[in-house]
Amino acid sequence: MKEKRLMNRRKAIFTGLTSAGALLLSGCLKKAPPTYGNILRMGDDLTYMVQRGILSQRALAMEYQRSDITSFPVTDIGNPADPTSKKAYNKEYQELQRDNFKDWALIVEGSVAKPGKYSMDALKKLSQRTQITRHTCEEGWSAIAEWTGVPLAAVLKDAGILHSARFVSFYGFDSYAESIDMLDALHPQTILAHTMNGEDLPARNGAPLRLRVETQIGYKNVKYLQRIVVTDKFADPGPDISSGWSWYTGI
Amino acid sequence: MSIPQNQKTESTRHKRWVKSTHFIITLSFLALTVSGYVILMSHPRLYWGKAGNDLTPALFELPISRNYHHGGWEKNIPFKHLTGSQVSAARTYDIFNENGWGRSTHFLAAWFLFAAGLIYFVAGFFSGHFRRNLAPARREFSMKLLWADFVSHFRKQSYSSSKYGLLQKVTYLWVIFFLFPVIILTGFTMSPAITASYPFLLKIFFGHQSARTIHFFAAVLLVLFLLVHLVMVIRSGFRRNLWAITFGKES
Repeated sequence: MKEKRLMNRRKAIFTGLTSAGALLLSGCLKKAPPTYGNILRMGDDLTYMVQRGILSQRALAMEYQRSDITSFPVTDIGNPADPTSKKAYNKEYQELQRDNFKDWALIVEGSVAKPGKYSMDALKKLSQRTQITRHTCEEGWSAIAEWTGVPLAAVLKDAGILHSARFVSFYGFDSYAESIDMLDALHPQTILAHTMNGEDLPARNGAPLRLRVETQIGYKNVKYLQRIVVTDKFADPGPDISSGWSWYTGI
Repeated sequence: MSIPQNQKTESTRHKRWVKSTHFIITLSFLALTVSGYVILMSHPRLYWGKAGNDLTPALFELPISRNYHHGGWEKNIPFKHLTGSQVSAARTYDIFNENGWGRSTHFLAAWFLFAAGLIYFVAGFFSGHFRRNLAPARREFSMKLLWADFVSHFRKQSYSSSKYGLLQKVTYLWVIFFLFPVIILTGFTMSPAITASYPFLLKIFFGHQSARTIHFFAAVLLVLFLLVHLVMVIRSGFRRNLWAITFGKES
């Protein structure tokens, strides 16, 4: 009896360790962001690989009813149109805003066949998607809003994305930047939103265009978009890893 | 290590897998408690429902950081095309936020707890640990006995060490089969990527913010359990108990 139990325990531990190891190995180590030897970043990468390995990559985030829409705080690094904002002020943005963004155009470059600029009209001629989704902030709060915009996949397709492309970086006029992998970039709910709750994207919510990634935490959603860059290799253009934050925030 | 055929019967010793998983779970639980508290400090407001933030009513607020009632908000701007009273407002206050390491530490510790907990769970079932040591015997199903056991904990008495008491069994079962599953599942419910794949989580916990609030209360109950557990460990012979859970034999 005793012998039998001892085997069961060993088997249990062995099976546990083997499956954990298999998960780690199969989880495409090459594509994971660098850890710089930091144990917290290793944990972030484990979460990233396991979520990519186990979760459905096409599943849609919960979409809500219009009656669920809530108030929406603005908690970014600053207003790029405000000269007193040390971190975010951008003279070009201030001038574009003065003209109601008439001359604004999104720059798309990197691993695409046709790099170039997209005016708001050009973007709106590509396909459109409206979704009522929840913004989940790392601080702990959440807010629900209706967003309308161009699926990022449509923009990438129009620009002729190359087969070698693996990541997309987003640069805002407020000098904030983020990047996401191709699975999130091509997710149907990942859109470049120009309309919020039925009106043109309000100034402090990221006018004229902002990113919505509904399968990640709030800080991935770059506002005041200036340009997007498609890359073949991992790029962390923003403040994430360099200032001690997780790059992947599906959790 | 060979199994010593000593004079003690099996039930008086902790199994090796009990000792090692208990040790890992203890350390990860401490890391989760500290990092969870730090995460809560950055937004010490709790809500009920699908979403909640500084511009919506809170269930209650905790005075645990400088963010409590900070009031640093610009004027509310209503959304023009919504019929409700939803607004947007920009934050002007520099909040306390240590979630960079706080969140990554929380999730890294959660991985250790999850792995050790899984081993404990599987081994507990297959080794008969749950059935033999934790499940109350048929004759123990009595409120009278439970009450007598409860009262006896407040009296000075000597504890028999070889078997768990009735109240002890009920408490351990509640912690293992209710509190831990609830705190893990409500943690999952706060993840945008996990809830995209498993939207039923948002249903069973009444939404993202309700899950966060339940997560908080489960954490409070687990910390209370830890305190009572420690008091009992000390009262019933701290050195002997510590020896038992570390080396598995009674001194």
